[in-house]
Amino acid sequence: MSVVTFISHDGEKREAPLEEGASLMQIAVDNMVPGIDGDCGGEAACGTCHVIVEDQWIAEVGRSGPVEEEMLAMNPEREPTSRLSCQMRVSESWDGLVVRLPEFQM
Amino acid sequence: MTSGRALIVGASHAGAQLAASLRQEGWAGEVVVIGDEAALPYQRPPLSKAYLAGKSSLEELAIRKAEFYDKQKIRLLRATVTEIDRAAGEVVLSDGETLAYDGLALCTGGRARPLAIPGIDLPGVFYLRTFADVEAIREATASGRRAVIVGGGYIGLETAASLRALGLEVTVLEAAERVLERVTAAEVSMFYERIHRDAGVVVRTGALVEAVAGDGRAGEVVLAGGERIPADLVIVGVGLLPNTELASEAGLQVEDGVVIDDFASTSDPKIVAAGDCAIHYISRYGRRVRLEAVPSAGEQAKAAAATLCGKERPISALPWFWSDQYDLKLQIAGLNTGYDEIVLSGDPARDRDFTCYYLQRGRLLAADCVNRPRDFMKAKRTLGQGLDVDRAELQRPAAS
Ligand SMILES: Cc1cc2nc3c(=O)[nH]c(=O)nc-3n(C[C@H](O)[C@H](O)[C@H](O)COP(=O)(O)OP(=O)(O)OC[C@H]3O[C@@H](n4cnc5c(N)ncnc54)[C@H](O)[C@@H]3O)c2cc1C
Ligand code: FES
Repeated sequence: MSVVTFISHDGEKREAPLEEGASLMQIAVDNMVPGIDGDCGGEAACGTCHVIVEDQWIAEVGRSGPVEEEMLAMNPEREPTSRLSCQMRVSESWDGLVVRLPEFQM
Repeated sequence: MTSGRALIVGASHAGAQLAASLRQEGWAGEVVVIGDEAALPYQRPPLSKAYLAGKSSLEELAIRKAEFYDKQKIRLLRATVTEIDRAAGEVVLSDGETLAYDGLALCTGGRARPLAIPGIDLPGVFYLRTFADVEAIREATASGRRAVIVGGGYIGLETAASLRALGLEVTVLEAAERVLERVTAAEVSMFYERIHRDAGVVVRTGALVEAVAGDGRAGEVVLAGGERIPADLVIVGVGLLPNTELASEAGLQVEDGVVIDDFASTSDPKIVAAGDCAIHYISRYGRRVRLEAVPSAGEQAKAAAATLCGKERPISALPWFWSDQYDLKLQIAGLNTGYDEIVLSGDPARDRDFTCYYLQRGRLLAADCVNRPRDFMKAKRTLGQGLDVDRAELQRPAAS
C-alpha cells in the first residue's frame, strides 16, 4: 500500500494510505490529519488545505496551477512548492510522498 | 468526562465535524450521530452548484468516507429525534426508543423556509435544501423547459446559473428591489443582475409571488397584480428556518436559534449546539448572529467537541462564505452588517472581477471578492488581525 506522510509545523509525522484518484485533502480529512480543514470541500475557495511539498517530490506531483496560485499568493507561509492539497489528484505511484503543513491555515 | 456516550443530533456539516473532533479531543466512549437523511453526511454547498448541474455524484459529496466512521467507532444512526428529556438525560426517537446520553450535541441545522401561498403544494414546486430535493429537481428538468425561481438570494442565483448550464429557460423572481438585498451592497446586486441577464436569465425584482397555479401540476406562477408566468418547474429559495423545536421544547434558551456561548454551550452544561441551528454572540460584531455557512458550522463544532471533553477551545475564526455562479467565484470575508461606507476595487458595472470592501467608522468589516482570491486572502488576514486599512490601497488589487 502506498503511503503519504504529513509533517506538522512542530515536526509531528502522520502517515496515511494513498488512494488513487482521491484528493490529498480528502485523504488528510479521512485520516484526521490535524491542520488540514478543507472548509470549502475542495473548491479551491478557502485555502485551508495548504501543504508544502518536499522539494524532491515537486517534479512528480507538479506545481500549483493558476487557480491555486491566486489563493496562495497572499499567504505569508507560502513557499515555492506550496500547493492546495484539494487540487492534488493522488496517484499510487506517489508512495513515500512527504508534505509539510504550515503553522496556520488562513 | 470522556468515557460515556456522546449523542449528536443531526448528521451534516456540524454533526460530522463534531464527531471527528470528539475523537481528536480524546472522547473515549461511544459516539452516536443521529440523522434523518438517507445518506452519509454530505457537502451541502454543491447542491445548488456542481451537483445540480450534474457534474458530481452523491458519493463524491460525502464529507468523509464510510470507512472513516467505522475506523473511528462513530456510529451513524438513521432516525429522527422527537424529544430531549433533560431530567432523564436521554433523547426519544420517533419509533419511541430512548437513548441515554452523557453529552448531547444539537446539530439540527435548518429547513427551507416555507412559502405560504396557494398552490405551493402542487407537484412541480420544489425547495432546495437536501440531496433528495435536488434529485427531484433534476428529474423535473428532464422534461420541463421553463424554470421559475422564487427568491434572488445566493441559493436562488446559484440555482439559476446551474439550470442555465443545463439549458433551461430561467426566470428569477425577487420581491425586494434588488437581488441579494439582505446581504450585499447595491453595487454587488447590480453586478449579479447584469451577469445573470447576460447569461439569458430573466431577472425580475419587486416581483411579489401570490400563487402557483396549474391543473394538478405547477403550470404558472401568479404575481401580485395578476401577471402569470409560465413554469414547468418552480423552485422556492426564500431562506431558512432553524430547527430549534427540540431545544425550545426542552426548555433551552432559544432565540432565532439555539443560544450558545463562546464554547458552544447551551443554557444546559451537558448540551452543546453548533451550525445553522445555533446563534452566537460575536464580540467582533457586538451582537448575536446565526450564521448559515459551512466554515462556521465546523468552527462551532470544534469548540463544542472540546467543551464536551472538558476542554476550553473558544469559537474564534472569522466568518466567511463563498458562492459560485457561472465562471464567477465570490468569496466573502467577514460580515458586513452595520457598514457605513463601501470602497470598490474594480468596476462592478463593467468588469467580471472586483472587490467591494465594507467599512464601519473607517475600519474594515467585510469584503465581497468576485474572482479576486488575492483580495479575499488579504482581507481575511486584515480582518483576522484587526489591521488598519488605507482606502487608496484597498482600491488597488492585492499583489504579493
Ligand atoms: C443549496 C445550498 C447551498 C449552500 N451553499 C453554501 C456555500 O456555498 N458556502 C457555505 O459556507 N454554505 C453554504 N450553504 C449553507 C451550508 O450548507 C450550511 O451552513 C450547512 O449545511 C450547515 O450545517 P449544519 O450541520 O449546521 O446543518 P444542516 O446541514 O442543515 O444539517 C442538519 C441535519 O440534521 C438533520 N436533523 C434535523 N433535526 C433532526 C432530528 N430531530 N433528528 C434527526 N436528524 C435531524 C437534518 O435532516 C439535516 O440532515 C448552502 C446551503 C444550501 C442548502
Ligand atoms: S479545501 Fe478549500 S481550498 Fe482546498
